Amino acid sequence: MKNSKIFWLLSLVLVLSAFLAACGGGDDTDTGTEAPEETEGTEEAGDLDSEQVLNLMETAEIPTMDISLAEDAVAFNIFNNVNEGLFRLDQENLAEPAIAEGEPEVSEDGLTYTFTLRDSNWSDGTPVTANDFVYSWQRSIDPATGSPYGAYMMAGSIVNATEIAAGEMEPTELGVTAVDEKTLEVQLERPVPYFMSLMAFPTFYPQNEAFITEKGDAYASNSENLIFNGPFTLNDWDGTGLTWSMQKNPEYWDAETVQLETINVDVVKEPATAVNLYNSGEKDRAGLSGEFAMQYANDENLVTELEPTVFYFKLNQERNGEENALSNVNIRQAIAKGFNKQDLVDVVLANGSLPANYLVPTEFTFDENNTDFRDVNGDLVEFNAEEAAEHWATGLEELGVEEVTLEILGGDTETAKNMDAYLKEQLETNLEGLTINLKAVPFGVRLELDEAQDYDIQTAGWGPDYQDPMTFIDLFVTGSAQNKMSYSNEEYDALVESAKGELTSDPAARWEAMAQAEKILLEDDAAIAPIYQRGLMSLQQPYVNGIVTHPFGGDYSYKWAYISGKE
Amino acid sequence: MAKYIGKRLIYMVITLALIATFTFFLMKILPGSPVASADKLSPEQRAVVEARYGLNEPLPVQYFNYMFGLVQGDLGISINQFKGAEVTDVILSRMGPSAQIGFQGMVLGTVLGILLGMIAALRQNTWVDYTSTFVAIVGISIPSFVFASLLQYWFGLKWELFPVALWKDGFMSSVLPSIALAMFPLATAARFIRTEMIEVLGSDYITLAKAKGASGSEIAFKHAFRNALIPLVTVLGPMAVSILTGSLVVEQIFAIPGIGEQFVKSIMVNDFSIIMGTTIFFSVFLIVIILLVDILYGVIDPRIRLSGGKS
Repeated sequence: MKNSKIFWLLSLVLVLSAFLAACGGGDDTDTGTEAPEETEGTEEAGDLDSEQVLNLMETAEIPTMDISLAEDAVAFNIFNNVNEGLFRLDQENLAEPAIAEGEPEVSEDGLTYTFTLRDSNWSDGTPVTANDFVYSWQRSIDPATGSPYGAYMMAGSIVNATEIAAGEMEPTELGVTAVDEKTLEVQLERPVPYFMSLMAFPTFYPQNEAFITEKGDAYASNSENLIFNGPFTLNDWDGTGLTWSMQKNPEYWDAETVQLETINVDVVKEPATAVNLYNSGEKDRAGLSGEFAMQYANDENLVTELEPTVFYFKLNQERNGEENALSNVNIRQAIAKGFNKQDLVDVVLANGSLPANYLVPTEFTFDENNTDFRDVNGDLVEFNAEEAAEHWATGLEELGVEEVTLEILGGDTETAKNMDAYLKEQLETNLEGLTINLKAVPFGVRLELDEAQDYDIQTAGWGPDYQDPMTFIDLFVTGSAQNKMSYSNEEYDALVESAKGELTSDPAARWEAMAQAEKILLEDDAAIAPIYQRGLMSLQQPYVNGIVTHPFGGDYSYKWAYISGKE
Repeated sequence: MAKYIGKRLIYMVITLALIATFTFFLMKILPGSPVASADKLSPEQRAVVEARYGLNEPLPVQYFNYMFGLVQGDLGISINQFKGAEVTDVILSRMGPSAQIGFQGMVLGTVLGILLGMIAALRQNTWVDYTSTFVAIVGISIPSFVFASLLQYWFGLKWELFPVALWKDGFMSSVLPSIALAMFPLATAARFIRTEMIEVLGSDYITLAKAKGASGSEIAFKHAFRNALIPLVTVLGPMAVSILTGSLVVEQIFAIPGIGEQFVKSIMVNDFSIIMGTTIFFSVFLIVIILLVDILYGVIDPRIRLSGGKS
């Protein structure tokens, strides 16, 4: 009998709580039908809501908030909003001075940068000094720290970084010195044309030596043991939990630009739950993956962002040491032009991706006059069934065969399989006598087969390591790690070499050389066949404004974001 | 009785040591490395990181180091999931929500299931029985993620009775996940109790009780129900462990900071110390529950003697 008493008690509690919840549910927001006009920047303070709270979701926990140890997208995104380096990517994704007070002085040989720091404070009120940068960079390059990004970002650029990472020199010998409290001098091994945007990357942020020493092992273990110098502070993070928040940082040097008071973040790993939370009004923004992207494709609150990640066919000219049909340039050109990319992104992918007729993504890098690299070099390999068929016929004739069988090696995700099936159908239709076999394998296996050069055609993708076309352009030079497809062109190699060497002092000529290299790679040689540039779809409430998406470093900036029209 | 429990405790320690040993070596043959983005590290840096977690030592040394720490209650620190965090802290911070929804789900499911099963048995082959059987079949066969998603969509999003997800509103946040977890124990309990009750109700001593003029409810509860409980207790023990220690799917759907989800992720990313810590935690729990179940047998059924027959 006891059991049934418990049961009645439980049901009573359940029923009661249901009523209580229903009573509390009357605060639905009435968002008007008109979406507020897009305003650049935050000068329009007139239509700001009194409550500046943004509610967001993440898909994973924070593994660490130690700038030297972090290596994941979640932490990098937070760093970009709670800390700040010498430079920051602005609303147009151009590097603008942040903790640096204006552009640095650069020596004539391009090897010495002298930054003057602006007056700015840590969240405890102490000033940010040049020594904070010196300490931070030395800490990240010190092999004893075990920083995943330290050597990766510094070696080959900053003087002695390579040697220190290898344990041959002391961290204090790194080419960065505090001339005085407000002056930082950086010595480079070679000119780095994209050095300013590199300064916006979290690895190059300052770290507070006094604070870190004082906290010892507790440093960065939760939000209490962190210190900030960016637009927001991190709060309510217990070190392992699924929730945290960011609060406006009153000590931030540009605090008057920052409109948001609070950003509440919860980790939601289930895409369907994220969409439900968005629809319930609890969350202001939800990423859409897979089937949800299609379901909400016509939603008026859909926002599409373009990622700087490009997918392409690698065309292997020598499988397992034997030349195959792909060693013929006409065959490669036929394949590169032989499939409809527009239909692929519209129908098969349907996630905001763009057809790619290029290797260096659009909306990623800009020259001195802020011109997109893409606007300089334009479309290089477009879909053209007729031209493809002509190349194909010529190629077959040159090879002396009538039929060719090739394998497409691809990923084993649903998206990858759908795409590869579509591409097979397209290529077999447009190129007579071609038979394609599909091979779908997990990521690790694909890398092994790539390493062994055991494939004909491979669908692969690449995202940037730094904000410069070179992070894509040099992928396929003779003998490089990405070039497991026996492609080699002296002219292309030479252009890459000069853009990395003697042309670094002449940005315009360097840009031209990279553009030329991309043309050779795609137009003349069809060494690879670009497919698409990945897009990302999200639902975003219309009252959310000014979130800026970045192609490099942290994904988003909330510094300029504001809430308008929710009330 | 005390002697029996003492003996069981010694067996428990041995079992635990064996589990820890097996898990340790199984884990070491997992593909992949706990040092994330090892490709970005120079060999020197990699050596530093591995040395920090003792991964540079020969395997037997690592094993003895781990077991030595374990004896002292030291589960080590997380390698890559929460860099530098104590495993004990990770488990402690994650087990609360799992235990709460697990306990609520278990109690709700078992109690409802027992009621359902009893009613079905007492009203055998009527519509009540068929309905109860139907509920039991549905509860067993619908995967919990489907059930959890339905609850979330209707009770959370559409009718706004409970929070859609997240662990923010105390008890209210735990209601839907608890109900989702309750389905399986509910169905199981209903099935077992029905079958057992029907069997017991058909036995001679029940006929005797009836002949002696015992009332219907007296027969049902005093004689039939208690005997029907025994097989249920056997399955409920291990089921309690699996539910109390968290359900990956339900925790993920309701975005609950629980331990089930944590455990699966630690295996995916080769976070050795978290895998070990969580496994040992689960094992201790399971072993203790099994002991409790054995002790419970004696309470429910005096025919089962735990020790020597003289106690």
